[in-house]
Amino acid sequence: MGEALLQIDNLTLEFGRGTSALRALDRVSLSVAPGEVVCLVGESGSGKSVTALSIARLLPTPPANYRSGRILLEGQDTLKMTPSQLRTIRGGKVSYVFQEPGMSLNPVLTVGYQIKESLKLHQPASATNNEVARLLKLVGISSPETRIRNYPHEISGGMQQRAMIAMALASRPKLLIADEPTTALDATIQAQIIGLLRDLQRDLGMAILLITHNLGIVSDFADRVAVMYSGQIVETSNARDLLRHPLHPYTRALLDSVPKLGAQANRLTAIPGTIPRIGEPPPGCRFHPRCAISIPECSREPPAIDEVLANRSVRCPRWLRDSRARQPQSTDPL
Amino acid sequence: MIVLEVRSLRVHFAVAKRTFAGVSNSLRAVDNVSFSILPGETVGLVGESGCGKTTLGRTVVKLLKPTSGQILFEGEDISTWGAKKLRQTRRRLQMIFQDPYGSLNPRMRVESIVGEALDIHRLTPKPDLRRRRIESLLNDVGLDPSTANKYPHQFSGGQRQRIGIARALAVEPALIVCDEPVSALDVSIQAQIINLLQDLQRDRGIAYLFIAHDLAVVEHISQRILVMYLGRIVESGEAERICREPKHPYTQALISAVPSLDHDSRRKRIILPGDVPSPLNPPSGCHFHPRCPIAEPKCRTEAPALREIQPGHHVACHLV
Repeated sequence: MGEALLQIDNLTLEFGRGTSALRALDRVSLSVAPGEVVCLVGESGSGKSVTALSIARLLPTPPANYRSGRILLEGQDTLKMTPSQLRTIRGGKVSYVFQEPGMSLNPVLTVGYQIKESLKLHQPASATNNEVARLLKLVGISSPETRIRNYPHEISGGMQQRAMIAMALASRPKLLIADEPTTALDATIQAQIIGLLRDLQRDLGMAILLITHNLGIVSDFADRVAVMYSGQIVETSNARDLLRHPLHPYTRALLDSVPKLGAQANRLTAIPGTIPRIGEPPPGCRFHPRCAISIPECSREPPAIDEVLANRSVRCPRWLRDSRARQPQSTDPL
Repeated sequence: MIVLEVRSLRVHFAVAKRTFAGVSNSLRAVDNVSFSILPGETVGLVGESGCGKTTLGRTVVKLLKPTSGQILFEGEDISTWGAKKLRQTRRRLQMIFQDPYGSLNPRMRVESIVGEALDIHRLTPKPDLRRRRIESLLNDVGLDPSTANKYPHQFSGGQRQRIGIARALAVEPALIVCDEPVSALDVSIQAQIINLLQDLQRDRGIAYLFIAHDLAVVEHISQRILVMYLGRIVESGEAERICREPKHPYTQALISAVPSLDHDSRRKRIILPGDVPSPLNPPSGCHFHPRCPIAEPKCRTEAPALREIQPGHHVACHLV
């Protein structure tokens, strides 16, 4: 993959220093090509939001401490950028949309003012009410001329999220990072916002990194998926193969534990136990205490992530033992 | 015998008097709702935020006062009872809450949280019996009995929800109202709690009113489903039928909004326009008509009644 828009290489990030440091990310590698939709999936505490925030260096340091690795954005390492370089990146090349639109908008400024603010910084020539109205229309807000004058509390949650997306689009970003953008919204509104993001991605050709815990959204939306567990990426794959033939036992267990509409199963396959606490990962494979098929090897050596099939990587000792030469149908050791 | 029968229940809230034209000064959170629950049955209640599902659940356990209508619990109408008279009944009628962080007193040990109900109802007067009972309850919900001396903050979200379940089980209820018990939990933990609720139901014959916004979860756990929109039930029936052949356009949209894990069936979604209207000023006629893809002029003026279209399957729509 020569021309990655975003390339994270072996990023290790800790909170705090010295002996009390908690390692939130452990050698995370992830890439997003121009125009691609990548989903980063994981449960709470897996490190997916920290990964997202680290890209434009939004985590305050301290307590965050970038230990090693690179975050290349169009070839430039954001870890080496000066504060003023970072300011042009943030909300410029890279825009964010967060989970709680009500918390992300400033309650004492009008929606229009806040969108214009973003234009003033990144597209000063077009910081006009007309452009703001155009952006609001682009994200599907009807009668944008009146909405410009509304305060955030005067509009619904779904519309607030649309306004956030409009603000993110103001700078014509190459990469939109959406961190659980629909989790706080109702089902029918969630369908609206996902549909909107898909249309925008197609029409504007930007790449999207979507952070979610909802595997259903993955199947609807993603080209590629990375699954995180306890601060590590445990599997990356294209979306279709991941959902059909998950390679990592965690991915498989996660898929099995979701109730499916119309699948009258009697019992859900739950994953026993809980996610390890941050900074206290079990030895060896971090998933092994909860894994249904773990073998003694799993608790000994931390497995590396390895490309076991074309464009599919997995971090699982059972795959690494003798994986490479096999074919997809017969490879499944699980 | 039917565990719970709700008849024409209405719950209205008085709101500040600012009567602009058309804005009423009472919010009809629950508007003429009737349903029943059989012993050992799970009835699912789905709807989006603001539809009144939590209000309905809280009114059933009498945490809120109904405006009118009847709540027959094990044959007796408890809708007008006061706190004193309710006390004995509350033993049989428990609730589990959504937020496992907010619903447990942070300054009480697990042992007191679970034991409080036993003490109030004087179920275990002897201390060693009380201790053994608490230990067996914790064991039943999958917690280590030796954790009885810990405080809620020492547990994870899923474990806290188990404490809440143990607390509800302590008094041997016939009905537990579960208000979004799994929506604050991660998927892998969510499956654990759903399985636990199902196991407890099988072993003890408890009935559940299971309130949630996630239709897939509700379908999985429920025998029957009620779909609520702005205070009214718009469709009710067997879970399988509702999910396979939904009749109300709102139910159809709700089902099509559930993302599917099957990558190849990127189904044609019904994406509803607009937001859920404010329950303060609901649309005239059928509350759903401004967002309905098949609305007719009649829908604007006349509220449809809940009609039985097949045995056990009720729909409130003029066009079904």
